[in-house]
Amino acid sequence: MRRESLAGRLARVKLRLEKPWNELTAENVRRLPGQLGVYQVARADGAIEHIGFAGARELFGLRSALERKLAAHASGSRFRVEVNTQYQSRWRELLMLHVMDHGALPPGNESDRPATLGRLS
Amino acid sequence: MDLELSDEQKLIVDTTRKFVRNQIAPLEADLDPDGSELEPGDHARLVEMVRGMGFYGLDIPEEFGGPGVDLVTRTLMAIEMAQHRAGLYAPCYGVFGGAGLAQLFEANEDQKQRYLYPTLRGEKHGFFGLTEPSGGSDPARAIQTVAVKDGDDWVLNGAKIFISGADRADYGIVFARTDAAKGRGGITCFLIDHDMPGFHVRRVVHTLRSTSYATELQFEDLRVPAANVLGEVDKGFGIANDRLSRQRIPYAAGCIGVAVAAQEMAISYANKRETFGDILASRQAIQWMIVDNEIDIRTSRWLTLAAADKAEKREPYRTEAAMCKLVASEAGGRVVDRAMQIHGGYGMTKDLPLERWYREIRIRRIGEGPSEVQRLIMARDLLGGSFH
Repeated sequence: MRRESLAGRLARVKLRLEKPWNELTAENVRRLPGQLGVYQVARADGAIEHIGFAGARELFGLRSALERKLAAHASGSRFRVEVNTQYQSRWRELLMLHVMDHGALPPGNESDRPATLGRLS
Repeated sequence: MDLELSDEQKLIVDTTRKFVRNQIAPLEADLDPDGSELEPGDHARLVEMVRGMGFYGLDIPEEFGGPGVDLVTRTLMAIEMAQHRAGLYAPCYGVFGGAGLAQLFEANEDQKQRYLYPTLRGEKHGFFGLTEPSGGSDPARAIQTVAVKDGDDWVLNGAKIFISGADRADYGIVFARTDAAKGRGGITCFLIDHDMPGFHVRRVVHTLRSTSYATELQFEDLRVPAANVLGEVDKGFGIANDRLSRQRIPYAAGCIGVAVAAQEMAISYANKRETFGDILASRQAIQWMIVDNEIDIRTSRWLTLAAADKAEKREPYRTEAAMCKLVASEAGGRVVDRAMQIHGGYGMTKDLPLERWYREIRIRRIGEGPSEVQRLIMARDLLGGSFH
């Protein structure tokens, strides 16, 4: 059996979060599942402001985590979520990807980041 | 043959147990159930506490400033240190320090200055890069990463997978094929720095273990100076193999620790939970699960301590290490599974650590060589020869 190349394998793995964006409104957040996962919040111009996770301490998972974001972000902000039980490693991966793409963490993660963060290249 | 712990061992085990229960476990009440890191302030405070206890840098040989704990006592401690929610893959969240990569103790003085001593001081962290996408159970044949001599350098091309900590490491020990015709006699071990051009951490590999995740690496014309060859050219497989046997003993001890903690939870719950007018502990079905758990735990414990004892005495211990790793990883999984069954629905929730242990201990039947390879190793030793 021919072994798949690394480039081929990486091309199949969706590293970045590619879910559709939604406007950050109370109504849209209310519709979210109460599951574990990761999320991104962006400004109206698309710049990501915060990458977070909804862990098992959240009463209603992603819904509870995003409800807290409603008041903190300006009108017109957007969000997207990914249901993911491996939210810890996925959260770190998204943070590392952001640093690789933009050279820095999103502003909202300067005070909300793991004690140690690796690097991808 | 004395199966009793010495007074000193009893004291060390008791001290470690109290540390885990009084210092580590309470902090976990406020951490994410899948968390793997303490708050930096808590981590620093506990490191100082461990230093005060005289146990910091447990795996550092005494001649390099370590506390000089023998391997049997170290194994007993490892069993205790795993007895908390994150204990299997982050025992005590690393506050006991580590020796880094044992292979570095065999490095030459220049390499020790650049890698070993900074690691022992906590200034540098390394990773161990052996497994490749082509396989991990048979590294001698599976390694396809190639190193070609070019002037005073070696140029590496290839990939590694399931490598823990590479994204945060300052350097790594990686294995590459330097002579395609020699099989296991054609593998060389290299020390590489994370900032060498051509070294890439391509992605996180998500597994059942949501913390201490693995990564996939790529080497693209990675130029490594000849001074960074660890050991001798073409003799890297021995370095890898030595590490694999040695690692199996603490690997088994972690499984036992989690099993002990799960069994304690199961006994406590069985003595409290009432169904059909009586406690669960009164039911024979539950009693047998508890007994089977205890048999699994004690069998694993004695095999693991016997392996540690042989290794400490510098006697051949390859079969013993393989046996304890095989038995403890499989028995630990059974114990956690039975403890979940006894807890019913609550056992499935993230309110309890059982579900995390259930996921993570499954990896232990694969990691550091799957059960089937452990049997192969033992068969070779028992029957003689190197058949496959």
